[in-house]
Amino acid sequence: MNAPVSHNPDSDAWTTPLDQLDPSHPARFQNHTMWPYFARLRRDAPVHYSTTSPLFGPYWSVTRYKDIMTVEVNHKVFSSDSGYGGITIRDRPKDLRLPMFIAMDPPRHDEQRKVVQPIVAPGNLAKLEGIIRARVCRILDGLPRGETFNWVEHVSIELTVQMLATLFDFPFEDRRKLSFWSDCATAVPEAGGFIDSEEKREAVFAECLAYFTNLWNERVNAEPRPDLVSMLAHGEATRNMTPREFLGNLILLIVGGNDTTRNSISGGLLFLHQNPGEHAKLRANPGLIESMVPEIIRYQTPLAHMRRTAVADFELGGQRIRAGDKVVMWYISGNRDEEAIEEPERFIIDRKRPRQHLSFGFGVHRCVGNRLAEMQLKILWEEILRRFPAIEVVGEPKRVFSSFVHGITELPVRIPA
Amino acid sequence: MPHVTYIEHNGTEHRIELEEGLSVMRGAVDNGVPGIDADCGGECACATCHVYVEEPWLAKTGTPDEQEASMLSFAATAQPNSRLSCQITMSAALDGLVVRLPEAQH
Ligand code: HEM
Ligand code: FES
Repeated sequence: MNAPVSHNPDSDAWTTPLDQLDPSHPARFQNHTMWPYFARLRRDAPVHYSTTSPLFGPYWSVTRYKDIMTVEVNHKVFSSDSGYGGITIRDRPKDLRLPMFIAMDPPRHDEQRKVVQPIVAPGNLAKLEGIIRARVCRILDGLPRGETFNWVEHVSIELTVQMLATLFDFPFEDRRKLSFWSDCATAVPEAGGFIDSEEKREAVFAECLAYFTNLWNERVNAEPRPDLVSMLAHGEATRNMTPREFLGNLILLIVGGNDTTRNSISGGLLFLHQNPGEHAKLRANPGLIESMVPEIIRYQTPLAHMRRTAVADFELGGQRIRAGDKVVMWYISGNRDEEAIEEPERFIIDRKRPRQHLSFGFGVHRCVGNRLAEMQLKILWEEILRRFPAIEVVGEPKRVFSSFVHGITELPVRIPA
Repeated sequence: MPHVTYIEHNGTEHRIELEEGLSVMRGAVDNGVPGIDADCGGECACATCHVYVEEPWLAKTGTPDEQEASMLSFAATAQPNSRLSCQITMSAALDGLVVRLPEAQH
């Protein structure tokens, strides 16, 4: 049987008949038993069709690095368009789909992306660096000593939300609204959390749109400034967006910059705790932060997959993908592919080519914020090393119920007094 | 063997011999020229091997195809003489090629 949470995933993954294998169930990502299923697929059926998902319908799984790259660079066959279902394995109801440039194909995608791209221009990044460092220092200096606290809440969420507020030039005192909207956007209704229906999600979205519409109105009549709202309000390709498209692009920028960086911050602490040898290497040579940061992002793979829809028949890995089929690129699997990455199961902070990983995607949709995310992590680790000889992880992490956002909700830690 | 000169953003020059058939990106990465990241390993899928081709070589290196043009158009530092160096293949005709590196790759 294809039980979502098997008692013995290691044998179940290798004995379930291939035609009944469904690697997508969110419960497996929550209890972190999805790994052997992907190892099985990489070995036995690297391009695999699943018809047994109770949540997502039939879909192809692409699990090897090279095959994922083939899909990434062929946007003419593998569409991101929200009209076909967009970029995640879940098909949202047609009338609730949000237009946003990550879920568009060229040329419209290219035009809108170019509007926000300057947020990561070298000059702007340099300016952000100082702001980020000041905030990182303030957050770290305010952490409790000698008592257990949740690293995710106190550091990962707080830091990414402050960063987002800066990118949008968003009222600082309201910044937690941003993480609330982000969490609502990615919540899986079956998880039984606050967002347990699409109606509730839409109500939250309406609130988000109203808030940002005020900011838009304020900025559209002012001189252009280097914040994301002003860029959208003045951009040739974005200034006449419908409210729904404005909302869609906001959600993209909020979620894109939030969950992902958050979970890399949490993951990094956990990986160093699990790999004391690497931790010792880092303490002896802080220069390794440079190559450790991309390794953290590979090892975490904050977005487990991106989805495409085939618009023409295509032969991949000996399988015939048909026009209309849903195709899931499992980054989390490609990042563990031993044919592309040496000793992929290990966390190694001084790899020669650490940026050779799939976590940011590749091709025209490659992450806009990739160097910005790296910069946040780099500053964070520089300041941690400067302050704390040790941060102890004192309990097991709790994880997100999702096969899209691969994340950590709780990581209990203690900084010795 | 034909050679390529890479000029870093700070002005440092690197004269590198490069076998015909290899990409200009490879010449930099394999010889430790700093300033070319090449995250995707030459698939025209990351735009972190961005270079500026010096004027006299522009015609000989050709023009970007559609995919390359798309990727380049997202580089904040792109100029009319921008190319992705993984898409320029070394040949005898390019012996002496000079490329400059942008301020940053992203
Ligand atoms: C470690 C942190 C991050 C990870 C792992 C990540 C991952 C990704 C991935 C996988 C994609 C889609 C690639 C594809 O479809 O091929 C993407 C796109 C995107 N990301 Fe990120 N991201 C991160 C941080 C950020 C940040 C800080 C921002 C803020 C500006 C951001 C903004 C975006 C945007 C706007 C897109 C859409 C690009 C497009 O469709 O052209 N991301 N990201
Ligand atoms: S190496 Fe990635 S585009 Fe050239």
